[in-house]
Amino acid sequence: MIPELGQFALIIALFVTLVQSVVPLVGAVRGDRAWMEVARPAALAQFALMATAFGALMSCYVTSDFSVLNVVQNSHTDKPMLYKISGVWGNHEGSMLLWVLILSIYGMAVSVFGGNLPPGLRARALSVQAMIAFGFLLFILLTSNPFTRVDPAPLNGDGLNPLLQDPGLAFHPPFLYLGYVGFSMAFSFAIAALMEGRVDAAWARWVRPWTLVAWCALTLGIAMGSWWAYYTLGWGGWWYWDPVENASFMPWLSGTALLHSSIVVEKRDTLKAWTILLAIVTFSLSLLGTFLVRSGVLTSVHSFAADPARGVFVLALLVVVTGGSLILFAVRGPSLKGGGLFTPLSREGALLLNNVLMSTAAGTVLLGTLYPLFADALDLGKVSVGPPFFNAVFIPLMVPMAVTMAVAPLLSWKRGDLAGVFGRLKLGIVATVVVVVATWLLKGGDAGPLWAAFGLGLATWLFVGAVMEWADRVRLFRVPFSETLERLVRLPRSAYGMTLAHAGVAVVIAGITGSAAWTVEKIQVMHPGDVVTVSGYDLRLDGTEDGIVGPNYMALRAHFSVTRDGKPVTDLYPEKRMYRQPPRPTTDAAIHTNFIGDLYAVIGDADGTGGYVTRLYFNPLVPWIFIGAVIMVIGGLVSLTDRRYRVGAPLRTARASVAKGRV
Amino acid sequence: MMRRWPTFLPIGVFAVLVCFFAWRLVLITRGDAPNLIPSVMIDKPAPAFDLPPLVLDRPGATGAALTGKVTLINFFSSWCIPCRAEHPLLIDLMNRSEIKGRLVLMGIDYKDKPEDGRGWLNRLSNPYEVIGMDRDGRVGIDFGVYGVPESYLIDRQGRIRYKQVGPFTPEDIQGKLLPLLAELSK
Repeated sequence: MIPELGQFALIIALFVTLVQSVVPLVGAVRGDRAWMEVARPAALAQFALMATAFGALMSCYVTSDFSVLNVVQNSHTDKPMLYKISGVWGNHEGSMLLWVLILSIYGMAVSVFGGNLPPGLRARALSVQAMIAFGFLLFILLTSNPFTRVDPAPLNGDGLNPLLQDPGLAFHPPFLYLGYVGFSMAFSFAIAALMEGRVDAAWARWVRPWTLVAWCALTLGIAMGSWWAYYTLGWGGWWYWDPVENASFMPWLSGTALLHSSIVVEKRDTLKAWTILLAIVTFSLSLLGTFLVRSGVLTSVHSFAADPARGVFVLALLVVVTGGSLILFAVRGPSLKGGGLFTPLSREGALLLNNVLMSTAAGTVLLGTLYPLFADALDLGKVSVGPPFFNAVFIPLMVPMAVTMAVAPLLSWKRGDLAGVFGRLKLGIVATVVVVVATWLLKGGDAGPLWAAFGLGLATWLFVGAVMEWADRVRLFRVPFSETLERLVRLPRSAYGMTLAHAGVAVVIAGITGSAAWTVEKIQVMHPGDVVTVSGYDLRLDGTEDGIVGPNYMALRAHFSVTRDGKPVTDLYPEKRMYRQPPRPTTDAAIHTNFIGDLYAVIGDADGTGGYVTRLYFNPLVPWIFIGAVIMVIGGLVSLTDRRYRVGAPLRTARASVAKGRV
Repeated sequence: MMRRWPTFLPIGVFAVLVCFFAWRLVLITRGDAPNLIPSVMIDKPAPAFDLPPLVLDRPGATGAALTGKVTLINFFSSWCIPCRAEHPLLIDLMNRSEIKGRLVLMGIDYKDKPEDGRGWLNRLSNPYEVIGMDRDGRVGIDFGVYGVPESYLIDRQGRIRYKQVGPFTPEDIQGKLLPLLAELSK
C-alpha cells in the first residue's frame, strides 16, 4: 500500500510540475496575474507530493519492507536505525528522490517568502524550477523507480555497503544535494532574468541569499565527505581528486565565484552578463556531476551502479537544461548592459580577478577530470589523471587568489588605492614575514620544505588581512572604545560573514600546508609489547582482541597506549571490521587530536606469527582543514542573517507596486 | 559596445563536451568498457603462487601448474552474486566439445570461508579442474584483482594474455575468449 502511495504521489507530482512549468510562463508572457499566480500553490503542492513520496520510501526502509526491490538491495534488518534511514539516499533511486524533494523545498521557499518579488520574475523563476523538476521526475519514473516491488519478497535484504555505514557519511549526501540543488535557484532566477531581459540590484539581492544557502550546504557537505574519507579509508589522506570529489568541487568553485560576482551586480550594477553565465554554469556543473556519477562515463571509487540507459537520459536532460539556457544566454546576453565603470585596481577589479581565478580553477578541474575521456576519444591512449596534475595546476591558481583575498576588501569601489591598502596591511606584512622566517628556521633543519613556510605565510597573510579589515571598519584602538563598540553593533552582518569566511579559508590553507609538508607515516609489523615512536609520541601495542561483536559486524580491535616523554597521553583503539551483509572488510582508524595535529592509528592484517601490520601517522594541522571549513560555513550563515535580505529590495517593490496599479 | 560572439562561446564549448559524452555512452551501450584501464599484467608472466586445495578430490592452485597448458584462472567467492550468475556459463564452457582437453579451468576461492566455498560448489557443481583457496586475498593482490569475479587467460608459456573484469557474458565467451583460445592452442 505505502509504496503505491509513494508512486502515485510521484505521478501526480509529475503532472503538477507540468502545469507549473507552462501556466505561469504563459501568464507572464501575456501579463495575466491569475495565470502567473498558479505557480505559488503549485509549488506548495509539489512539495507536499514529494514529501509524501519520500516519506513513503522512508517508511519502507524503517519497517524493512522487503517487497520493495530498492529496500532489498540496500537494507538489512540487522542494520542500526540510523543507517536504515540513511540507506534511503545511499542508492541511486532514493538519492534522486531526495534530489527532487530538495528542489521542491526551494520552490516552496520562493512561493512562501517571495511575496515581495515582482510577480513576473517570480512566475518565470518558479516555472523554470518546475521544468527541472519535471525532467527529473520523468527520469525517476521511467528509469529509476524506487518503489518497484519484488515477488516473492526475500526474507532479508542485501545490506548497505559498510563503507557508507558511518555517521559522517549518513548526512553527507543530503548536504551535498542541498548545495547542488540550491544552485538551481540562482539558475532559475538567471533564466527568468534573461527572459525578462533585465538584471538589476534587486535581482542580485534576491539571488544572493539562495546562492549563499547552497554554498554553505555544499561547503559543509564536501567537508563531511572529506572528513569521512580521512578517518574511514585509513590512508590518512583527506582529498584524492577522485572524479566524484571533483564533481562536487567544480560547482563549489563556480558557486563561490557567483557569490562574489553577484555582490558586484548588487552594489555596482555591472558584470551582469558574466554573473548570469556563472549562475547557469554553476547549476550545469551540478548536473554534470550527476551525469558523471551515474552514467559510467568515468570510473570512480564511489560512483553508483552505472547504467548507460540512465546515462542517456541524464545527458538528454543536461542538453536540454544547459544547452537551452546557454542558447538563451547567447541570444539575450549582449542586451544586459553593465552600468558602473571601474579601473582594474578597484574592488570590482579584485572581485573580477577572483572570478577569473575561480573559473579557471573550475575549468582546470573539469579538464583534469575529463582528460582521460578526451585522450581516449582522440586516440592518445588510456591515461588516468591523478593528484600530481591537480596539485601542479591548482596551487599556482590559489596562491594569487589568497594574496588578493586579503587586499580586495580594503580596496574601495571604482578606483582603489593600492599603496594605502598596503599601508593599512603593515601588520599583516610583518606577521607574514615573521611566520615564514620562523617556520623556515624551525623546520629548515629537518628537511622542512621551503614552500611549506610560504604556505603558512600565505595563511597568516590572509588571516591577519581579514582581521585587519574588520578592525579597520570598527576603528579598533583608533577611536574611543565606546565608538568602536557602537561600530561593532552597526557593522552589517554580511561584513562579519566575510571576515569569518576569509579567515576560515586561511585556516584551511594552513591545514593543507601542514598535512602536505610534515605528515609522518610509519608502517611496520608490531607484536604486542612493541613500541613505535611517531613525532615524539610513543605508541605501544598492548594487545589485540578478536571477535568483538558489533550490530552487524565482527571486529578485531587493537589497543595502543600512547605516551609522550613517559607521561600517558591517550589510548587508541583502531578496529578492523568484517561486515556480515554484504561481507566486506573495513578499517576504522583511531584518531587522537589536540587540534594542532592528529595521531592516527590503523590496524592491518595479522602476519601469522602473532604480529600485526600497523600504520601509524602524525598528521599535523589536518584538523584545521575541517575547522576552517566549518568557520567558512558559519561565516556564510552569519552573512545570511544580514538585515538587507530580511527587508528585501525596496526599489524593485516600489516599481512593482506601480505596475500593479497600472494593471 | 559588447560584441555578439563572446556570448556564443559557452554554448560552443558545451556542444563539444556533449559530443564526447555521447560518443562514450555509445561505446558503453555497445558493450565495450572503454573506461577500464587495461591491466598492466597483460603479456607479463603470471605471478608465482601456491594455494592449498579447497576440496579433497582436486589439487590446489599453483603457479607451476600453469606452463604447458592454456589455463583460465577464475577468481570467485561464495558471497558474490555476479559469480553465481557466471557459474553456469563456466560449466557450459567446460562441457563444449571443442574445449575438452584444451583448457584447464583453475578456480581461486577469493576471501571466502572454505566451508562456504565448498558448500557453494556442492550446490552448484564444480567445473574447476584445480582449485585453491586465497583466504586473505594475497594472490588476488598479486594478480591485480579488484573485485570478484575476475578471470585471467594464461598461455602455454605462463603469460597472462587476457583479463576479464566482472562476470563473463555469453557474448564475451563467444566473441573474445573462444577466438583467443583457438589462437593460443594452435
